[in-house]
Amino acid sequence: MIKFLFKGLLRDRSRSLFPILTVFLGVLLTVVFYGWIQGALTNMIDANARFSTGHVKVMSRAYAKEVDQIPNDLAFIGVEKLTQDLRQQYPGLIWVSRIKFGGLLDIPDEQGETRDQGPVAGMAVDLFSAETREWDILNLADALVRGRLPEKKGEILIGEKYALQLNVEPGETATLISSTMYGSMAMANFTVAGTIRFGVTAMDRGAMIADISDIRAALNMEDAAGEILGLFNDFVYRDERAEEIKAAFNAGYAKDNDEFLPVMDTLPGQSGMADYLKLVGSMSVTVLVIYIIAMSIVLWNAGLMGSLRRYGEIGVRLAMGETKGHLYRSLISESLMVGFIGSVLGTAVGLAITYFLQEKGINISGMMKNASILFSDVMRARITPAIFFIGFLPGMMATFLGTSISGIGVYKRKTANLMKELEA
Amino acid sequence: MENSFLIKTKDLVKIYSIGWKKLAALDHVSLNFAKAEFTGVVGPSGSGKTTLLNIIGSLDVPTEGSAEVLGKKVEDLSNRQAAVLRNHSIGFIFQTFNLLPVYTVYENVEFPLLLLGLSADERKQKVIKALEWVDLVDRAKSKPAQLSGGECQRVAIARAVVKKPAIILADEPTANLDAENSHNILRTMEELNRELKTTFIFATHDEKVIRYVRRKITLVDGKVTKDEAMNPTKAEGIGQ
Ligand SMILES: Nc1ncnc2c1ncn2[C@@H]1O[C@H](COP(=O)(O)OP(=O)(O)O)[C@@H](O)[C@H]1O
Ligand SMILES: [Mg+2]
Repeated sequence: MIKFLFKGLLRDRSRSLFPILTVFLGVLLTVVFYGWIQGALTNMIDANARFSTGHVKVMSRAYAKEVDQIPNDLAFIGVEKLTQDLRQQYPGLIWVSRIKFGGLLDIPDEQGETRDQGPVAGMAVDLFSAETREWDILNLADALVRGRLPEKKGEILIGEKYALQLNVEPGETATLISSTMYGSMAMANFTVAGTIRFGVTAMDRGAMIADISDIRAALNMEDAAGEILGLFNDFVYRDERAEEIKAAFNAGYAKDNDEFLPVMDTLPGQSGMADYLKLVGSMSVTVLVIYIIAMSIVLWNAGLMGSLRRYGEIGVRLAMGETKGHLYRSLISESLMVGFIGSVLGTAVGLAITYFLQEKGINISGMMKNASILFSDVMRARITPAIFFIGFLPGMMATFLGTSISGIGVYKRKTANLMKELEA
Repeated sequence: MENSFLIKTKDLVKIYSIGWKKLAALDHVSLNFAKAEFTGVVGPSGSGKTTLLNIIGSLDVPTEGSAEVLGKKVEDLSNRQAAVLRNHSIGFIFQTFNLLPVYTVYENVEFPLLLLGLSADERKQKVIKALEWVDLVDRAKSKPAQLSGGECQRVAIARAVVKKPAIILADEPTANLDAENSHNILRTMEELNRELKTTFIFATHDEKVIRYVRRKITLVDGKVTKDEAMNPTKAEGIGQ
């Protein structure tokens, strides 16, 4: 019987083609949409983790409260010891200290007078110690545009766009004017080794990367740091593990009220990321539900049209003694075949497109001009295990629902009128 | 011999209400049909022929009276039981053939056997046999659209007889056929009737059909006005 139904489906294009196409498109869109969202999330998480939040981040309690203002006066001291402890306790993570700082960058001319000047958003990272992992974390080698990477103390990298604004060439001197940890004015000379572009618009605006020991010296921050970032060794964020580490770490300081004790937060916990992730999550669920409903309605209508067109067939089958239940189930079987074919094809093509978008990526820097969230300018989709059924199940479900509803018509059919109907 | 009747109707009444008007499509029809009958029900359009076949075929129930088909009272059957009765024991032939257009001749004939759950071997054997009866073995792979009207009706006959039902009900089976095909069809049915002892009941007002039947029941306004034995003319080669 199944074979018989299948033959019918194959031969009757209007019975198969339109519904299969509907399911195919619905599933395809779902898969690509989902892959895209996953890619966007991964992108956002990754960019944030590397440039700003880490997978977990340790700050002083006071600093954490005003983290957006980069309050270096609230940074903690004794970073060396704390970092060693963290490394020992959580060897699964890379631990790096960073200092963020703001100020002016002043480019002097030959006479030492200001030639150009601009505000700078700087980040001091460990560039030169033996065990540093910052080169990988920030991907500095790939980010380099002109000049070379810093090789010795006193050398910095600045954003390519920023360099063009300031008319500064690699090899030239730049003076950082900022304030020390204790509030007095700080000035330090650096050599611009090269220019960089991270491809993260929010990062590339006025960026400066310097070695942390240079900045400690310049800002009077000996053995101090604004933040210590922890990243999982493979750079993949694991929410549960991060929450565990955070809870354990913070429990160790729970009894004390000192504002300068360290506190840990996870990536989603920082600067509204959690809300953002939740929003994206509920958005995808909403879109999926809408897809299922829309697909069901379309397929329901296709089913209704089908039963109109197949009115005669259904009539003869009833007259021949097929029970209504059997006929109804055979319609459902047909629809499951349709759903299966459409869902398999949709998932396959959707995966192919997602894979392409994952490997190729699309540059969206134009849309990111004023964005403050960290987001790689090249957006990529991402294939996750869920993608294999995220379109497939709704595809099957929608065909099933659509046919279940439209097929009810079979039960409404009165056998008493069959002869007359079949004569018409 | 009362018990040897396959079909017994007693005071069959079917009333249709159209608005406030009531119309008796069948008015106390009492008829018996024996095994292997070859009977025509004739009468003008609207006289109740189709309604009668409908009830005998367990597609509809009478308003009053009773119709017993193969020992089962049609008016007492559930939908499901009625379907089972039709499936096992009754074949239908319609004026407009009603073949399933996407299936081949072979598959159309095979369908009732699928519903009966027969094995592939059994099905094949029976389908070939049925196609032999109607002389369409060589068209087994054709689709209905590729066949003439006469051929289509022969497929419909094969589909009705393939499960060897006790009863075949044919409502105006020749109305859409030309004279030659009509005779052809009737000869085929007559042969099957003789060979398989299947009871055939036709509703018709086609003179060509009436020439073949051995019993002619006349309905007028839902009442049986005549029930006569016929001496069927062998209409070999006779046109109109
Ligand atoms: N479903 C129905 N509703 C109302 N009237 C009907 C219905 N079916 C048949 N009739 C009426 O019953 C009478 C008998 O119809 P029918 O059995 O189809 O006659 P025949 O087949 O001899 O032409 C006709 O007057 C017809 O209009
Ligand atoms: Mg009629």
